[in-house]
This record gives sequence, structure tokens and C-alpha cells, in this order.
Amino acid sequence: MAVEGIIIVDKERCKGCGICVINCPTKTLSLSKEVNGKGYNYVYMAKEGCIGCANCAVVCPDSAIVEVYRGRV
Amino acid sequence: MEREKLIKEENLAYRKTPLLTDAVMHYCPGCTHGTIHKMIAEVIEDMGIQEKTIGISPVGCAVFAYNYIDIDWQQAAHGRAPALATAIKRLNPYKYVFTYQGDGDLASIGTSEVIHACNRGENIVIIFINNAIYGMTGGQMAPTTLLGQITSTTPYGRRSDLNGFPLKMTEIVAKLDGTCYVTRQSAHTPLAVRKCKKAIRKAFENSMLNKGTSFIEIVSTCNSGWKLSPVKANKWMEENMFPFYPLGDVKDR
Repeated sequence: MAVEGIIIVDKERCKGCGICVINCPTKTLSLSKEVNGKGYNYVYMAKEGCIGCANCAVVCPDSAIVEVYRGRV
Repeated sequence: MEREKLIKEENLAYRKTPLLTDAVMHYCPGCTHGTIHKMIAEVIEDMGIQEKTIGISPVGCAVFAYNYIDIDWQQAAHGRAPALATAIKRLNPYKYVFTYQGDGDLASIGTSEVIHACNRGENIVIIFINNAIYGMTGGQMAPTTLLGQITSTTPYGRRSDLNGFPLKMTEIVAKLDGTCYVTRQSAHTPLAVRKCKKAIRKAFENSMLNKGTSFIEIVSTCNSGWKLSPVKANKWMEENMFPFYPLGDVKDR
């Protein structure tokens, strides 16, 4: 079984800059249509395929991706 | 829902470092300052020197850095961070002292302080954020603004006959004998962030080895000042800033 991952996003910290979206190697992330308390379109896992590489968390300027887990389901 | 079974302690691949406080940063969306704060916090956590680190926050957007990284801070007058860091490091030689300065702070009003601190070879770390613009005050031309770049004070682009040439601070301080490690990094991709973290760690280690000043320039974006979206600003930086400010180590001894 392949390695899979999941990210935990702090929606209120996210400012919707989209830098994680372009740095996601599996194109899993997108910005949501809904907005958070400040009116930003926060990031979420739109598709299956996350491998838990944590690239999104590494480049996030606001540390909105607070935790990344990686393992075999 | 299969995926949620992964949320277990042993599967943790990355977590936000506890050195970053829970305060939401005031920076614009996509601002590189946030990434750099995170890198510094992670390096301090990895080295286990939270109690022994003193940061000097600048004037500019990053003045509130003391709200975001949970270490000791001191705030300096505009451009005077290297002078303050000199005093702190000389009085507390067993502390890790670093300054965090933007290009308006370091390359404009603080040029003499940084050049003399580097020339004296103070054992401090200088982190220089170069985004080629005065971000906080409304996007005016900075000494590091590229030729032809449009800012609010050069609406037709910077001209060399009128405004002079962009200042390459990193190359200038690399010529001084007091510096031991001079490098230029960036923080827009995961690879760049990892390289930059390595450089910051090396600089912190150098500051305890009495080798001299370590100087790290981080080429950054100011998407509000450049009037671009965060993603386009990163692209603009790659296309325009990197040819003039090439990444890599300039000096390492």
C-alpha cells in the first residue's frame, strides 16, 4: 500500500495566498469557496492523493498548516 | 474517512513549532516574512537555544517580530540593529544574537552600522530581507530596487541616471575581512526554504565560534508593494530578482 498523508489546517490562520497550492506535488490542495472569519478563502484537501510530504507546511507563510501526518492506512 | 485514521502521534511528519506563538501574523497574505519567521523559529528549536537567543527587531513591517517568535527581543531604532546587537553580544558573549532587518532598514538608513559591524567582525548573525521596495510605508523606491522597477516614487521605473543603481549589500559585506559567512538565499519553494534553514543554522553556529559576522540575505517578495498576487510575485521574483541577485554562498571561511 502506498504512503498517504493528511494535513490539519488552522482555518482562521490561513490567508488564502495560494503558495501551498502551487507547491503541492500531487495537486491535492485548493482554496475553498467558503471563507473564514476574516474573509479569506482557506486551503483544504480538495482531492485524494496527499502523500504527506509537508511541502505545503514548509512554504506556508502563516503556519496555517499546523500538522502533517504520513503513514500507511 | 480512511485518511483520518492517520492522525496519530507516530505518523506525525511535521508540526508547527511551539516557538511560534499563536498570534496571527499581521503580514499580508503570502508575505515572505512569515516563512522566514518560521525558519528562524525552527532553527532555534532544532538547536535547543530558545533561552539563549536574543533577536533585534527592525523598523518596518517586521517590527512586530517580537510578537511571533517566543524568544528574547529588543527593538532598535531605524537601521541601528547591528549597533545594538554589538552591545548585546559583547555584554552577553554566550548568547546567540541576531538582527532581522529589511532592505530599507539595512541598506538605506543603516548602511554605516551594518558595514562597521561587519568590518569589526562582531560575532552576530545579520538576517537581511531584501524585497527591493519599502513595503510598510507604501511601496517607495528602496536602494535595492531594480532598474526599471515601478514603485510609487518611480512610477515610470527606476532610472540609473536619476536614481542611481541598485545596491548589492551582500557583495559589499563579503569584501570585508570581518565577515565569515555571507550568503544569499530565498524562501519561495520547499527546496529554497530547506537551503535557507541550513544557512541560518550555520550562521547561528558560527556566532559561537568567534569567526566573525555571518550575513544572510534572503531575497523576498512584497506582493502588496509590487501590486501582484502572492503566486505571481514569486514568479516575478524568480524572473527579475534572481538574475540580478544570484542565490548561493558568496563567502564561507
